[in-house]
Amino acid sequence: MSKLTMVEALNLAMDQEMARDENVCMLGEDIGINGGVFRTTKDLLEKHGESRVLDTPLAECGIVGVAVGMAIYGIRPVVEIQFSGFTMQAFDQIEQNMSRMRNRTRGKYTIPIVLRTPYGGGIRAVEHHSESREAYWAHTPGLKVVIPSGPRNARALLAASIREDDPIVFYEPKAVYRAFREEVPDEPEVMEIGKANIVREGSDITLIAYGAMMRPCKEAVEDLSDIHNIHVELIDLLTISPMDTATIAASVQKTGRCVIVHEGPRTCGVASEIIARLNETAFEYLQAPIKRITGFDIPFPYFQVEEHYLPESDEIVNAIQETLNWH
Amino acid sequence: MATEDQDTARTTSGEEVVSPNTPSAMNTDPINVGHIEVLQILNEHGEVDKGLDPKLSNETLMRVYRAMVLARAFDQRMLTMQRQGRMGTFAPNIGQEACIIGQVTPLTRDDWYAPSYRSFGAQIVRGWSMEHLMRLWAGFHDGFPPPKDVNDLPFSIVIGSHVLPAVGIGMGMTYKKQNNCVVVNFGDGASSQGAVSEALNFAAVYKAPVVFVCENNGWAISTPIKKQTANEVFATRGISFGIPSIRVDGNDILAMICATEEATKRAKNGEGPTFIEAITYRMSLHTTADDPSVYRDEKEVEPWEKRCPIARFETYLKNKGLLTADAIQEVLESCEQEVIEARDTFYSMPPANPGEIFNHLYESIPEELKEQREEYFRRLKEKGIDYE
Repeated sequence: MSKLTMVEALNLAMDQEMARDENVCMLGEDIGINGGVFRTTKDLLEKHGESRVLDTPLAECGIVGVAVGMAIYGIRPVVEIQFSGFTMQAFDQIEQNMSRMRNRTRGKYTIPIVLRTPYGGGIRAVEHHSESREAYWAHTPGLKVVIPSGPRNARALLAASIREDDPIVFYEPKAVYRAFREEVPDEPEVMEIGKANIVREGSDITLIAYGAMMRPCKEAVEDLSDIHNIHVELIDLLTISPMDTATIAASVQKTGRCVIVHEGPRTCGVASEIIARLNETAFEYLQAPIKRITGFDIPFPYFQVEEHYLPESDEIVNAIQETLNWH
Repeated sequence: MATEDQDTARTTSGEEVVSPNTPSAMNTDPINVGHIEVLQILNEHGEVDKGLDPKLSNETLMRVYRAMVLARAFDQRMLTMQRQGRMGTFAPNIGQEACIIGQVTPLTRDDWYAPSYRSFGAQIVRGWSMEHLMRLWAGFHDGFPPPKDVNDLPFSIVIGSHVLPAVGIGMGMTYKKQNNCVVVNFGDGASSQGAVSEALNFAAVYKAPVVFVCENNGWAISTPIKKQTANEVFATRGISFGIPSIRVDGNDILAMICATEEATKRAKNGEGPTFIEAITYRMSLHTTADDPSVYRDEKEVEPWEKRCPIARFETYLKNKGLLTADAIQEVLESCEQEVIEARDTFYSMPPANPGEIFNHLYESIPEELKEQREEYFRRLKEKGIDYE
């Protein structure tokens, strides 16, 4: 066990997977000698060589496109797109080839790509550096979308993603990159993709979030328990697609109430999908309308004012109390 | 332009710390951007340039000739089937047979081919059965995947979107230290796509064993090359990315084979990519949903009829004593017969199975998708439709 930040934990996963399988290779801008702009791929070039850690030209569409070809040829590319806002350049190859090649060739060619990209706000960056557009990828048939929330699950989910044969968009909450440390086992560890985690059991209300929003949610849950004696069941989705409907449905069937938090825009966001599923699976158990706290349907604001845009624990506390008091 | 001041500054820069971006450190020597040849071995009268004749074996010459005739026979049968309402929308390749057959002739089975949708002649050479291609164009899911032992990409529908994956396959060959190469076909229209420029750049940077064949047939649906680009020499795209580039008479099968062969050798020697601009002409429709009379003067087509790639190759083969008028007729009839047999096989193949549309998206089908599949199956049952 070592106490690692998320950046160090992700680096550990990649290092160990590269050592385990010689077909695992890294592609991205500035990931080699520079170790990535967040240093997530630090020392991988030195340890595994230039042929396996490829500093690419500055072209996101190109990176994903060649990764598709490499995957068809039996390589397992781990692609870093510097910021999730830049994945839009690669939308063409993600949608036309990465997500569909398996379907198009009826399984003859699998595309075991992991597209890693830091997402979300809170690091005082310029435009296009703070987006949370996980809903795009969850909406795209053929992809899986994984979003860890802390160092230990980040490591285990990334290792599992690298071993998966399906293409995965792996969203890394950059606000958590160095926010805290966690015990991470030295030995390789994997977590099942597609399973949500009940972080804390509770009987009064279900709170669902993922990624960077788990931190304000945990804060809110502790405040509610300590000050108001309210017992919240907190669920960390971890995989956005395919979504673990069974876990969230069972929880809401138990609590009868639910609040969902994400920082991406509201319309057709992940919360919309969760509410639709709960409508199908837990309608008769609901004792109050499901509430969502999300980003607004505007481009992510510039950083002088970003703190007012991002959901915070006070709002989550209020939303939970409103939902509990609804009648 | 270098001024005297800058020259002076450059001569003294040895003693100073100068940023590489300052004019004084900039190399202002004229740059040689390379040389583009136009290769033609067999002219439109079927006369061969003896110095350039690759002297292919008689067996190769006759095999290539038959592949060209077969491609045209397939083309014509597909057009007939489409007009009869028994085939989906189809993109004919009439007049481009030398280009399409020549570019795959040097490939081995371990080399890869990335076709565009007009490349069916090449796909037949690569081992796709004609009934398989008919399934593809007729909208069956099982028509799209390449056959089991054929190392091809499925063709791309979004223009130019296969060129980056083709380069990735080449990079994969380098990664796995395999001494093979990829030929990727795309058109003059595709050259406008940003992704195609990115592909050229990646191939050049990583010295990927890739042969780019830009099949310049003059038209992208209704858009002539004049509207496609202000620089009609597509081979300069290759040059600008540092890729050795050549223009080839795309209706000259010998030139196409020679250019591709040399490029595949370079690729396999670790010398990186080559760009071949093959100049040809789209004699027919863009697809069966297209009417060129709306946008194209038929007079433009006439001179290209005289440049027919099959006719000039027949003249060459006759002059070599390999072909007679009777033999031409025999080859044509045997190709037409082969296509008819493929058509009959295609007509006798099982109908599409509507039950399989969820089966190949993921390695194992996620729970949510299973539920959607059940819903879909209920729909099929209600309609009384068979599925597996």
